[in-house]
Amino acid sequence: MALLQISEPGQATAPHQHRLAIGIDLGTTNSLVASVRSGLAETLADESGQHLLPSVVRYLQHQQPVVGQSAKEAAPDDPMNTIVSVKRLMGRGIEDVRDNEFDTYKFVEQESAVPRIHTVAGDVSAIEVSAEILKSLRARAEKTLGGDLSGAVITVPAYFDEAQRQATKDAARLAGLNVLRLLNEPTAAAVAYGLDKKSDGIIAIYDLGGGTFDVSILRLNRGVFEVMATAGDSALGGDDMDAAIARWIMQQANIQDDADHAQIRRLMHEARRAKEALTDADATTVEVVRMDGSLWQGQLTRADMHELIDSLIRKTISPCRRALRDAGIGVDEVDEVVMVGGSTRVPRVREQVEAFFKRPPLVDIDPDKVVAVGAALQADVLAGNKPDEEMLLLDVIPLSLGLETMGGLSEKLISRNTTIPVARAQEFTTYKDGQTAMSIHVVQGEREMVQDCRSLARFSLHGIPPMVAGAARIRVTFQVDADGLLSVTAQELTSGVQSRIEVKPSYGLEDTEIEQMLRDSMEHARGDMESRRVREQQVEADRVIEALEAALQTDGEQYLDQAEREKIDQALSALHQVNQTEDVEAIKAAIKNLETTCSAYVERRMNSSIQHAMSGHSIEEFES
Amino acid sequence: MAITLTEAAADRVRSFLENRGKGVGLRLGVRTSGCSGMAYVLEFVDDIDDSDTVFEEHGVKVIVDPKSMVYLDGTELDFKRDGLNEGFEFNNPNVKDSCGCGESFTV
Repeated sequence: MALLQISEPGQATAPHQHRLAIGIDLGTTNSLVASVRSGLAETLADESGQHLLPSVVRYLQHQQPVVGQSAKEAAPDDPMNTIVSVKRLMGRGIEDVRDNEFDTYKFVEQESAVPRIHTVAGDVSAIEVSAEILKSLRARAEKTLGGDLSGAVITVPAYFDEAQRQATKDAARLAGLNVLRLLNEPTAAAVAYGLDKKSDGIIAIYDLGGGTFDVSILRLNRGVFEVMATAGDSALGGDDMDAAIARWIMQQANIQDDADHAQIRRLMHEARRAKEALTDADATTVEVVRMDGSLWQGQLTRADMHELIDSLIRKTISPCRRALRDAGIGVDEVDEVVMVGGSTRVPRVREQVEAFFKRPPLVDIDPDKVVAVGAALQADVLAGNKPDEEMLLLDVIPLSLGLETMGGLSEKLISRNTTIPVARAQEFTTYKDGQTAMSIHVVQGEREMVQDCRSLARFSLHGIPPMVAGAARIRVTFQVDADGLLSVTAQELTSGVQSRIEVKPSYGLEDTEIEQMLRDSMEHARGDMESRRVREQQVEADRVIEALEAALQTDGEQYLDQAEREKIDQALSALHQVNQTEDVEAIKAAIKNLETTCSAYVERRMNSSIQHAMSGHSIEEFES
Repeated sequence: MAITLTEAAADRVRSFLENRGKGVGLRLGVRTSGCSGMAYVLEFVDDIDDSDTVFEEHGVKVIVDPKSMVYLDGTELDFKRDGLNEGFEFNNPNVKDSCGCGESFTV
């Protein structure tokens, strides 16, 4: 028996044509699924009434993996086969996971850039682990909504780069979900609070989850959202608070640092329980069983906890300041502050955020559910259940995208914090006579030199018709779609040959690395500018040398006597030498000197070619 | 001629309307489509048409257009749970046959 839901006026669907759409918050610690039914967006509970699905997958031998609470409970006893916080691994390479952050797992040494974790059920990648979580949420949604899903909106941190977004999409596809779009978590939170119903304003989203911190500044302009700036720290969250408390327990209970995995997990568990208890209580009793089986008991007061976590909370305030600066606004221009993430339940966090933004944050919607609720509202619109309502969401790209030009310089086509979707094109040309191919190197980052940026992809454009240097016109187009995925097209305009690439980089960047790259670009701004001047001058010198040597090869003997030729060779080798240095002025001078030395030769060549062109024609023909 | 809501259905409709923030009531109707002839319509109502019949049940306005009235007379709308799924169900005495899932019917 089908159970019906109430539709918007005029939007009742034909039988069996329901467009069931869900929103998924695929979190580091917990995941949720939500949907809009009868106009109400709600997170969906499992059979036992739980809304939060712990993002934990336990692999078993000869059995289907277990996802959620029971996997989480098994984690202390089976840490190697129980994967937690897999989101931190999404779109990351083997180099990234060598940190001790992931030392619980046994990574498989292999050629591929995608790290695989060794478990009893075989080796699994982060994408496969995430897909298990998504499958579990999908099954829950299908049971609850009573039918097949037409699509899902999945949220990702605003700072996720192309690789991490692509990995998330791949995981969804593996779980059999049709991704309507990826939505930035802060944008979803603002939508959940219905802030899109207002006409304009500036909204700050403070998202302190289990393992990540994100702050985003959104501008609402005539009902349209735009992400003005984002900042964050992907290695900061409630887990760190738990770790700080756990360290305190270890100290107090005299537990050594060499405690095994199971013991550490138990400590973390007790630390979390204590933190949550202190949301309402002023003090709580902490209990832990030592390795030798003896029991330790102690008191943790709220004041004690503040001392332990205050430095962590302070670490969230400087990204807030940076995001405001990037957005170019002052703290008093922020109209609303939205709290997201379970860790914002900690009263101390709310106090500090209120103190910084000078206004009480919005906390009415359960901070664990707010992102999923917003995603569900967006999914409902995208699935076409609310066609009257217009909701256009704009996001930004976190780092500039560009390509490598001669001399290893980075030419930025799309600068950071540009709203997406976006397409930008620029024309480039060939460097050498008769050049028939061009290699295009796509890079991401703020620095001037390619070696300081991150390489995203390389591809070649072949079949450029042979022409003199600088005559070919190659149009390179960068396009970033609504999900933040980049495609690059290069086309030679006279012949129409083209080549394109979808950027699915082998692995992504961490927020901390993005921050580091941004910081570097500021610190090295002067040096970078200097390097750019040097490289540009060197490239110019190379071009002059190239052209002259080619000319000498063809007709040097014809137009130059011995003495002249020697002079030119001298000037040429002088330029060669000085071009190895980084002295911009000296290179400039040497180019000038060479040009002067050659002027007679150049003139003779010119006259000769004019004569050649005019021979057989009367002068009148040229005058008319 | 009458259409009724169970108390459970009325409670849910009230809370959905409240959450929606606008709307005067709930429209029940039928239209021709579906795998077995007719299909139910269940929608929020922002504007009541002159020809509509309006019932009031447990504080909720139920709005039915004259064409649908013929097919729905005597119907009771209930709110049910079925495992994790929940939603509205039409108990319509006029139905002679319905498709397996009950989304469409013939009279």
